[in-house]
Amino acid sequence: MENIVLEVKDLRTSFFIDKKELPAVAGVSFKIAAGETLGIVGESGSGKSVTAFSIMGLIDSPPGKIMGGSILYKGENLLEKTEKEMRKIRGNKISMIFQEPMTSLNPVYTIGKQLAESLILHQNMTKKEAEKKAIEMLKLVKLPSPEKRIKEYPFQFSGGMRQRVMIAMALSCDPDILIADEPTTALDVTIQSQIMELIRDLNRKTGTAILFITHDLGVIAELVQNVIVMYNGKIVEYASVKDIFKTPYHPYTIGLLNSMPKIAGPREELKFIRGMAPLPGEIVKGCRFKTRCDYVTEECRMEEPPLYEVGDSLVRCWRFKK
Amino acid sequence: MLKYIIKKIILMIPVLVGMTIVVFLLLHLAPGNPVDLIAGPRATPETIKSIEMRLGLDKPLIVQYFKFLENLARGDFGISILQRRPVMEIIKEALPVTVELGIASLLVSFILAVPLGIMAAVYRNTWKDYISMSGALVAMSVPAFWLGLIAIYVFAYKLRWFPVSGYGTWRHLVLPLLAITLTEIAVTARMVRSSMLEVIKQDYIRTARSKGLEEKSIIMGHALKNAMIPVVTMFGLKIGWIVGGATIIEIVFARPGLGRMMVNAIYARDYPVVQGAMIVLTAAIIIGNLIADILYVVVDPRIKY
Repeated sequence: MENIVLEVKDLRTSFFIDKKELPAVAGVSFKIAAGETLGIVGESGSGKSVTAFSIMGLIDSPPGKIMGGSILYKGENLLEKTEKEMRKIRGNKISMIFQEPMTSLNPVYTIGKQLAESLILHQNMTKKEAEKKAIEMLKLVKLPSPEKRIKEYPFQFSGGMRQRVMIAMALSCDPDILIADEPTTALDVTIQSQIMELIRDLNRKTGTAILFITHDLGVIAELVQNVIVMYNGKIVEYASVKDIFKTPYHPYTIGLLNSMPKIAGPREELKFIRGMAPLPGEIVKGCRFKTRCDYVTEECRMEEPPLYEVGDSLVRCWRFKK
Repeated sequence: MLKYIIKKIILMIPVLVGMTIVVFLLLHLAPGNPVDLIAGPRATPETIKSIEMRLGLDKPLIVQYFKFLENLARGDFGISILQRRPVMEIIKEALPVTVELGIASLLVSFILAVPLGIMAAVYRNTWKDYISMSGALVAMSVPAFWLGLIAIYVFAYKLRWFPVSGYGTWRHLVLPLLAITLTEIAVTARMVRSSMLEVIKQDYIRTARSKGLEEKSIIMGHALKNAMIPVVTMFGLKIGWIVGGATIIEIVFARPGLGRMMVNAIYARDYPVVQGAMIVLTAAIIIGNLIADILYVVVDPRIKY
């Protein structure tokens, strides 16, 4: 048995808007081993970010509420922890970086202060020690002349550099898990690949497990070992990155892969998945993908399929019923 | 920092010059004539002529303006037409009365409004928020002079806790302070609240939470410092109003301050006094703006200087 650091079991998180329940995450289960890189792919509104925020215990309540399931960090259920206990884990054992590096740093504090903050909080460092460690962390994320830069403010940094600072901050307490919520989406392509290379590098160096959330399959291919494809709050396919690209099973996964523009080969019209992604709670009966699927049958309309094992993959589709 | 301040001070000069021109012209082009007032209705043309000459009112406007500037530079605001003593002396008597109330009001309003606004924002949509914000709405809707009159009736006339009017002891200060500050507290508290709510939504607050910081230190540290940027700016601008913001209250409570002095002088067409008062008022506002600019840099590192 490998060393599992995080196990999410049947997580269900809903938002209550106008007294209506919108199940953003409708029963999601997965495991992350120490040092593993797991990717979650899905369209906007598929529940991938909500899954991440649920793990961090940062769902805004109200309107959000974790309705059920468990999140086991090294065997301890985070959902049963008090806010005070969670604060000791957040930013220390499990940390997170976000989509918007431009706005994720506090504009009125220096980079050094923001980096030192979690070190002073979690590692009981003095200001001096924290500053030294902060410089070290900035070196680790390859920010030039860190001694000078810790005295500067976020507005003096570019987007890519700010994301480096965010990564340095997230990794400063040597966490077991880093949750990266679309950290490259807001950056331009060259910076994107630099940041990804950095994350991959740090994963190897520090052994921090990474939960990487993205809607970009290209990013997934470069970075992660295993992939979860989410659709409308549920996992529709769970496989290794090799299998996802070589033998995708779920019609949605196939659709996603087909809709990636190809550089090689003859020019052809870009494929897309017809229809629109349903809202959380919109589909109450049958398969969540039935409205957009080319293989839809009567069975799909009536009942939601379970996750079937196909080779090494898990697929939520009736076509793989045994 | 020093360079920034010097730059701001240099930028004040044209504003000051413009202000003297406006103040000078406003009164000279306004209808009504102080000479008639001094001379009385039955004065002979000769008397009027001699008064005009004494006051320098017979000279061309431009000459009068430069004379005015020259005197100003020497701190000579002229002689009051009615009281027949230097305007500077009159201002020196009136200014402390106004400044005392203004500073007290400014400090009290911010000391009370900032925590109130933070509380309303942190406990938004709970009874704490509803009570403080509906209270603020009521306080904002009440005109200061009316509140002053009610305060006089209740606390001075009925209960006899405080004097009805006048100036001198701290007890003279309480009722005018109450009347003028309540609205200020309400306005500032609402501003702090909305500024705070705006900041709490920001991504960097989420980052602070993800670091495992306590909610208290997130609010009082990360959120408050950002939320205070517009509030501090307003504080700076209010400094300018210390001098001119209490005119009505000074009249209601018969406080011998600058505002009341100016209104009386306007009625009497006492040109030099009105001019002197207006110069002090506008200078205070310009200096207030300068302080606001400086405070702005202190709280927000993004302002380049």
